[in-house]
Amino acid sequence: MGQVFSKIFGKLWSLNKEIRILILGLDGAGKTTILYRLQIGEVIKTKPTIGFNVETLTYKNLKLNVWDLGGQTSIRPYWRCYYANTAAVIFVVDSTDKDRIETASKELHMMLREEELSDSALLVFANKQDQPGAMTAAEVSKALNLVELKDRSWSIVASSAIKGEGLSEGLDWLIDVIKDEQL
Amino acid sequence: MSALSYKKFEDSDSGALPDKMTIFQDCLQAFNATPVNAKKCRLLLSRLMRLLYSGETFPSQEATTLFFSISKLFQHKSSSLRQMIYLAIKELATISDDVLMVTSSIMKDIQNGDLIFKPNSIRTLSRVLDGSTVHATERIFKNCIVDRNPNVSSAALISSYHLIPVAKDVVKRWTNETQEAVFAQKYFPSNQFNNSSNSSYQDLYTSTPSSTFFTQYHALGLLYILRSHDKMALMKMIQSLSGVNSPLKNSMAIVQLIKYITKIVHDSNDPHLANTLFPKLSNFLKHRSDMVGLEASKAILSSSLFTNEQHATAISTLQDLLSIPRTVTRFAAVRILNRVAMKNPEKVVVCNVELENLISDSNRSIATYAITTLLKTGSAETVDRLIKTISSFMNDISDEFKIVVIDAIKNLSLKFPDKYKSMLVFLSDVLRDDGGFPFKSAVVEALFDMIHFIPESRDSALENLCEFIEDCEFTELAVRILHLLGQEGPKTKNPTLYIRHIYNRVVLENSIVRSAAVSALAKFGLIDDPTIRTSIEILLNRCLCDVDDEVRDRATLALKLLKSKKNTSDSSNIIVSEFIRPSKLYSFPILEQKLALYISKGAFELPFDTSSIPQLSEDEIKAAEYQSKTSVTSTEPTRPTKSNRDSTINHSPANGSNEKNKFSEKDLLQQKYSQEIASIEEFSSHGPLLHSSSIIELTEKETEFVVLCVKHLFKDYLVLQFNVENTLPSIILKMVSVVSIPSNDYYEEDFILPIETLAPEAKGTIYVSFKRPVDEEGFDIIAESFSNTLSFTTHEVDPSTGEVSEEDEGFQDEYQIEDLDLIAGDFIIPSFVGNFSNIWDELSKENENVATFSLNSYNSTDGIQGVIDKLIENLSMMAIEGTRTFENSSNSHLLKLYGKCINGERIAGVIKLASNSKDGVIAKAIIRADSFKLSEVVLNSVA
Ligand SMILES: Nc1nc2c(ncn2[C@@H]2O[C@H](COP(=O)(O)OP(=O)(O)OP(=O)(O)O)[C@@H](O)[C@H]2O)c(=O)[nH]1
Ligand SMILES: [Mg+2]
Repeated sequence: MGQVFSKIFGKLWSLNKEIRILILGLDGAGKTTILYRLQIGEVIKTKPTIGFNVETLTYKNLKLNVWDLGGQTSIRPYWRCYYANTAAVIFVVDSTDKDRIETASKELHMMLREEELSDSALLVFANKQDQPGAMTAAEVSKALNLVELKDRSWSIVASSAIKGEGLSEGLDWLIDVIKDEQL
Repeated sequence: MSALSYKKFEDSDSGALPDKMTIFQDCLQAFNATPVNAKKCRLLLSRLMRLLYSGETFPSQEATTLFFSISKLFQHKSSSLRQMIYLAIKELATISDDVLMVTSSIMKDIQNGDLIFKPNSIRTLSRVLDGSTVHATERIFKNCIVDRNPNVSSAALISSYHLIPVAKDVVKRWTNETQEAVFAQKYFPSNQFNNSSNSSYQDLYTSTPSSTFFTQYHALGLLYILRSHDKMALMKMIQSLSGVNSPLKNSMAIVQLIKYITKIVHDSNDPHLANTLFPKLSNFLKHRSDMVGLEASKAILSSSLFTNEQHATAISTLQDLLSIPRTVTRFAAVRILNRVAMKNPEKVVVCNVELENLISDSNRSIATYAITTLLKTGSAETVDRLIKTISSFMNDISDEFKIVVIDAIKNLSLKFPDKYKSMLVFLSDVLRDDGGFPFKSAVVEALFDMIHFIPESRDSALENLCEFIEDCEFTELAVRILHLLGQEGPKTKNPTLYIRHIYNRVVLENSIVRSAAVSALAKFGLIDDPTIRTSIEILLNRCLCDVDDEVRDRATLALKLLKSKKNTSDSSNIIVSEFIRPSKLYSFPILEQKLALYISKGAFELPFDTSSIPQLSEDEIKAAEYQSKTSVTSTEPTRPTKSNRDSTINHSPANGSNEKNKFSEKDLLQQKYSQEIASIEEFSSHGPLLHSSSIIELTEKETEFVVLCVKHLFKDYLVLQFNVENTLPSIILKMVSVVSIPSNDYYEEDFILPIETLAPEAKGTIYVSFKRPVDEEGFDIIAESFSNTLSFTTHEVDPSTGEVSEEDEGFQDEYQIEDLDLIAGDFIIPSFVGNFSNIWDELSKENENVATFSLNSYNSTDGIQGVIDKLIENLSMMAIEGTRTFENSSNSHLLKLYGKCINGERIAGVIKLASNSKDGVIAKAIIRADSFKLSEVVLNSVA
């Protein structure tokens, strides 16, 4: 009886708990656009993020505490200051930016090596799919060398923040993984 | 954290600061927690702020860690937490370099956040930005500056101000918005805080007025900085803001505007501009806010570019403010008047009634200022009563105010030497009071002045000083007084009295004072009285056993000198006296200047040459001091700075236009001229330069050629020095000379030293030398008038080469400049005399010349004071016995003048001035001199 009670209590409690998610990626990838598309359902006019934006959004009865960090070279060193207690990382890639996909890959792997993120799930958005000549999700996955990732739940989803495509698909996957891990 | 230590933090009265490390740990823990506990975090932040505000800092590593943890609090929406976050980040911005990480979050708050923390966020943003990120915020700043809410607008304006050092160009682009904010009248929205979660703010704000228009003040400050480089724009700004319909509603803003106007007037040094801007200032004189009226009055009175009538309007505003119930206003008004009275007491006389009323003001500081002002403006009759009043409350006021009073008494003693007795009593009383060094020093200084300039007061003042050093804790003062006793004591009837006092010091004081006492004693040894000399020798002999070598050395030297005096002939006696008591001293400003020059040159193989430093006799030094202490120099608006500009003495220590320096500045100028002239071979046979006039303008200031003239007198020659400035940008002048034709043919031209070439916008000097004539009776002080023409050839400068082309032969031309008068004053050197009536009686009545003049030609709008100033300048004589200042209470004045002619003769004058509305100022002048001729020439120069 006692055991059952504690299990139910734990479940209720975790529903109220905030889940901390980071959105990372190179500058101009579409991170801020994605954040507000998710929060208010609209495409807003963005400026390069100097620092971060943080918003709380409720998704499927879960409270998500989402941090969108700027991707400019000068700001990337500060990403690590926000790694602690992160349940998941959303890594956004501009699929049209073939020139810098390698840089993106380097940044991604460097980040994943960090101790504090060893338990975090990874969702990659191959963004800007609405643009002609965008790499497919498979191509991005290959360029980022995702198959090499060990001991981590990860997924890659083709998306367009402008059109609103792929975002909820990706987030649904992420929520499932997090729920699994926390319950 | 235990409950106990919590308690301790809350008790702010205890003064105990929370422990730094505990706070640091608690903050990290609470700020990184999920979910954030807003209330707890706010409390912790307030503790952190208390640490920071009381001067604690964190090492950069810890500050950075703190900053990042604070930045995580942005996830919480609580407005009151947000406010604290902003305060904290603003503080940490100076320690941590990483604060740019909150830029975007702040920008978002400014755009969408709660009004309650919007101003905070704007201010913090300006601390976080750097040159590279400021561009991203331009839109935001522009919008906030023109925001309808005054708090938001003010925050943006102040922040822009702080951003100027970071990115001036960017802030400059906000000029239009700033200007809009200056003109806008913004009100607090009545529902500003209704939506806010924190309703207590509402109660707080409903009691405030609907607006203070404070934003205008902030906007004006920013606009001024943005435009300060552009004079035209500044003038336009002043025009549009200072009219009768000025949009400025905030008093602080108007005060600031007045300050800007004052600065422009001051920097321009242009009486014409002052006159144009005066209506702007006078408009504010009658403003309903005291603050504005005070500032406007102060502005007008602070500049001598404004006329006396203009000053009078400001004085009358202050006069009204003197009887206002608000203490601060009365204080400010009387303080300004006091300052004016220092230089121009006659201007403040109109306020005497109001000032009298203030003597009984319950505020002691106001009363003190009122009395000291009255002491300056008052007449001889009121002095005794005022001094009595002030003695009654000297004990109630602070040292600073006591010094103000002492200085006033000091000036008064020079002005009304007859009243020295009551002032002496006053000074000796206060000398016995307790007080710090500045206070005692002021009293001693005042007594020194009396001893120097009021001979009758000497003996009793000296006695007071003797009594004072019996128990004086300040070595510096004791030394100065001992020196003075040595100077003055031997001249008194009863020198032995002082010897005893001085010797007491040798027994009782420290070695510095003892050395000074020994030097003072030695001076008494020069008195021609064997008994005194013997006792001095006995006393000095005792000093030979002193423990201090300086004391022993001085005593040994003095004894040796005194002994040799007794035994040898007269000429070496003089040498001995010169050693012990030099009759002449070096001019200190020039000595200082020369020494500084010598050291900076570094050519130490050559010994320092003391011969070029003028030595001044005691009388000359006194004359200089007296001049600077009594001079009223309000009527020379442009002159002093002008001569500064035209002379090349940039390195002179006395370059300021400060009144005190003026005399030595004149000294330096003269010194410079004589050096320049000495360096010119043609003048080597002229002998020493005896006197130089002040600088005279022979052209308008803004003409093609600006000519200034100085008259130099030698024993047998007159040299006119013409300083010519070619203001044309593209004309070279060659063979520039001045044709000076004396109207009476007495003076015979000797030679001319022309300027060979005068480049565009350059200056040069022409000298014209004349032989000085002698009349039938051998008298050589002869007035004359010269008509002057500038003659030269002009050459066009080729703009491509910057040179004159080969073919250009030039064009012969002439340029008429003003006539020049050589007057009696050019031969006279102002001198001081302690006892005017003695000299007056000494100069025989036979050499007296008397005449009455109607001085309409002076067409002075400044009344009698104006005439006094001009007489003193023209005659080049010194006003004695405080007669330099006219008392407005009467319409007549007695001016006593004294001077020495370059031929050594003495001149004294008594000039009675009276004014009436019909004839203007009438002068009856009586002049006496060592010769009849001289007094005649001087008399003729009066009109
Ligand atoms: N065509 C297209 N444009 C997009 C998409 N997502 C974002 N963008 C555009 O890409 C630009 C950059 O988007 P942001 O969201 O500001 O990029 P960011 O990742 O936040 O950039 P930083 O803040 O500098 O790191 C903007 O002009 C967006 O409109 C997309 O899916 N398709
Ligand atoms: Mg962004």
